[in-house]
Amino acid sequence: MIKNISNLGDAALYCDFGNDVNREINLNVIQFFKNIKKSNIPGITNITPSYNKLIISFDLSITSFDKIKTEVEQLNFKNEIVNVGNLINIPVCCDNNFALDIKRLEKLLNLDKEEIYKKFFSKKYYCYMTGFIAGMPFLGDLDGSLHARRLDTPRVKVPKNSIGLTEQFCNIYTFESPGGWNIIGKTPLDIFDNKNNSSPNLINPGDTISFFQISKSEFEKKYD
Amino acid sequence: MTENYFEVLRPGINTTFQDNGRKNFYHIGIPFSGAMDNRNFVIANAISNNKKNSPVIEFALQGPKLRYKGDKVYFNVTGDVNFQILRKNKIEEGVCYQNLVLENNDCLDLISTNRSVYGYLSINASFKIDFYLDSCSVNTKAEIGANNGKILQKNQIIKIENITKKYSSNKLDYIISKIENIRVIKGPHFDYFSETAKELFFKEKFRITKLTDRMGIRLDGPKIENIKYTNIKSEGLVKGTIQITADGDPIVMLSDHGTIGGYPKIGVVISADYDKLVQIPPGSKIKFKEINLKDAETIYKLYEMETRNLISKIK
Repeated sequence: MIKNISNLGDAALYCDFGNDVNREINLNVIQFFKNIKKSNIPGITNITPSYNKLIISFDLSITSFDKIKTEVEQLNFKNEIVNVGNLINIPVCCDNNFALDIKRLEKLLNLDKEEIYKKFFSKKYYCYMTGFIAGMPFLGDLDGSLHARRLDTPRVKVPKNSIGLTEQFCNIYTFESPGGWNIIGKTPLDIFDNKNNSSPNLINPGDTISFFQISKSEFEKKYD
Repeated sequence: MTENYFEVLRPGINTTFQDNGRKNFYHIGIPFSGAMDNRNFVIANAISNNKKNSPVIEFALQGPKLRYKGDKVYFNVTGDVNFQILRKNKIEEGVCYQNLVLENNDCLDLISTNRSVYGYLSINASFKIDFYLDSCSVNTKAEIGANNGKILQKNQIIKIENITKKYSSNKLDYIISKIENIRVIKGPHFDYFSETAKELFFKEKFRITKLTDRMGIRLDGPKIENIKYTNIKSEGLVKGTIQITADGDPIVMLSDHGTIGGYPKIGVVISADYDKLVQIPPGSKIKFKEINLKDAETIYKLYEMETRNLISKIK
């Protein structure tokens, strides 16, 4: 649960759940996030869950740090860890044109391509948080044998919809963006749909992701 | 019925539609956005007699040049802006903070902002634009908001509707104040930095570099030495957060910032100084001054009161 609440500037609460990164702590963060969202405390403008922190932004012209802190502390949550997320299947094409860093990973991990993909596709991943750029999911945890450091020099442009790995995490670049994660493939699905005006995100914190491999021709079909 | 519209002859450097921004989407990676300098945004709408949160055109450094077609329309420009209105056979120098008129074929040339960054164009009418998640605010990174999430493009058309026929001579005598000292509340990772670094942070000046836009300000100055971890497990950010990169340079998060980040937070700019900070142009130097939460709250109340006062002086 929350270890400490402090202020982040004059218009946000910084709720600290510790320093470890694991599913249990993160489920606590997400549960807390959902409960605060439901509570409709006046003046709250944004709530940002991450691995082990929750930041609550508020409108300083309506409320203040002390007020929101008291209100948050007084909320009496049932400590139920419920089924927080959905299971989402994501197709990935690992054609050489998309798997930009597979050769680097083969060398770095001392595994061949087939082994890397076998290990990657055999696990389900948990979504810790979404953000940085719109809709980008931070997923984990990768098998221990797939942990690799970031590129020494980040790419200026990672293609949209690329799947990247770093340390125990995996993500999907929802937009073309600079980035240093090791790219192993590409999905034809739009993870963030900027035409969808109600729920643009396909993946939300707490969801479980199952990746499955598709061929180049299947990938191209999905684009039609 | 005639069509009323602007034709974009020159788009300017970074011209976007903005309003108050969008709330409640940090958790899916969408920042507030909205007008960078909220006070000048609010004043622009007040002079236009528009609703508080009406869309405006925000421009940065060099503004757009627009040709107007249609029925007579009133508009005003806020900020510290050098602009002209080109009528049939004369050039009229523009004056900020007052309602002026545009007639068919007039050109509005928002030449540049003076020793500041952002200016605002508000019309006594409405722009015919799209909203996304309850806001027109353009976020070019996520490609959302009015104008398909893009900055203004050369030769595009901006349609206008609901023109107010009645002229109001609204004006305000106001000059935006310039500051050099930016007040900061210590952040959660303040103790990641060496004693010397903490002292330097509040003593030395930092230069605002050209790597500055609606997402953030990159500063150049003495290196801020980290003695603990140069990276943290990524966590949420708010407007005004000052992170220190692994190279020891401060970056300040602005309205279009990435919603999470992995650098330690040395401090956060107080809400009352945000509008002024974003107006300081690249090349200028700023200094951070430490302040506590209680004082920051009081200063914000005063800042809001001052804004309300300014609005009450419009006549």
